[in-house]
Amino acid sequence: MVTEALNTLRYDAAHCIGCGMCWTVCPHAVFAEGDGVASLARADACMECGACRMNCPSGAIEVESGVGCAAAMYAAALKGGDPRCGCETESCC
Amino acid sequence: MSESCCAPQRSEPAKCCSIEPASGASAHILRTDSRLTLANRLVHIKARLGINRSGHRVAPGLYALGEPGRESPVLVTANYTLSFDALRGSMEGGDAWLLVLDTKGVNVWCAAGKGTFGTNELCARIELTGLASVVDHRTLIVPQLGAVGVAAHAVARRTGFTVEYGPVRAADVKEYLRTGEAAADMRRVTFGLWDRLVLIPMEAKAAALPALGLALAMWALLGPAGAMAALAGVAAGTALFPIALPLLPGTQFAVQGAALGALSATPFSAVALTRGDWGEAAAYLLINAAAAAFLALNFTGSTTFTSPSAVKREIARYTRPMAVSFALGLGLAVVSGVMRWSGAVW
Repeated sequence: MVTEALNTLRYDAAHCIGCGMCWTVCPHAVFAEGDGVASLARADACMECGACRMNCPSGAIEVESGVGCAAAMYAAALKGGDPRCGCETESCC
Repeated sequence: MSESCCAPQRSEPAKCCSIEPASGASAHILRTDSRLTLANRLVHIKARLGINRSGHRVAPGLYALGEPGRESPVLVTANYTLSFDALRGSMEGGDAWLLVLDTKGVNVWCAAGKGTFGTNELCARIELTGLASVVDHRTLIVPQLGAVGVAAHAVARRTGFTVEYGPVRAADVKEYLRTGEAAADMRRVTFGLWDRLVLIPMEAKAAALPALGLALAMWALLGPAGAMAALAGVAAGTALFPIALPLLPGTQFAVQGAALGALSATPFSAVALTRGDWGEAAAYLLINAAAAAFLALNFTGSTTFTSPSAVKREIARYTRPMAVSFALGLGLAVVSGVMRWSGAVW
């Protein structure tokens, strides 16, 4: 049986150059140092923050990152547009 | 809450002065120290209470903390007062340059998610402050959580500065500077009791108005007990839920919240049952379960581990049950209230 992925994190070890940025920046130790390349150690712990993808110089990581709060998603569903944080109240200069 | 963001940046006691950079190139340098005054701490409390929410800012730029020299480390942070103070407060007795990015008064992690703590702003700030003329080395220490918005390889290409990701927490920066590396636990984000407690005032504030409306409606229908039951449900979602979070079984916020909400209703339902009012008893359970589930689901954005995918799944699964439960509960409250008013004894 194929289990449904819990998140949008996709890692292609074939593109990995083993620079170590992903396992440095991940706040949940999703990546670990593997055999010359990164290994996906705790895929289910991914919170989709996007730090690994942002700092992967070889494009080996894909993840859809975004705002994780329900209030923002409800607001986006009602008003249209992408979910945005409530902390962003300013209509700024 | 939409204070003008153009308000003068007054919360930071930076004594503005110009230090001559050794090379003679122009660099405007601000000064700060690691001392957190009572006034600073008062500002921190205000920020946590959501008072002047978006106004807790310091001027972006390059700050000299202590007596930094040309080889002193450059620490990058956000211009949210709490972020800036956490960093400088952790640097007691140390000398460093603080490069403060303009994140519009938002903390490092959230700002990185929005991109304001990002590659472009970092590169621009390096340029604007003339950092390259102030230090001889070419290393920036960026908070690990800033990696969400900063691409280290892009910064290196554009500015010649190497980004080193420091620890998650400012409190570990000194240790990081001493050893040159972050231990595994310094790289992990946590969500301890204190981290969760400080979020409660904002959660309560956000829920206050609808909570008041619900409480008044329940008072009108079922008397003071109805209002108290409603407030207990809101408290279960905004306060009890964050406190109890690690102890709650399962991983679904809405389910955990519903359980706490139902729990908060039980004393009120029990009293209603002693009067034989089944409708009232069920109303409390249904309303509180729905309200607390909704509030718990809203807390997802404040946690440090929830993925948007998981939240989307919960929204898809539980929006309808929450709405049905709430509507059914209100319906029963209306019926029960009307029966009571019309003198019928249940």
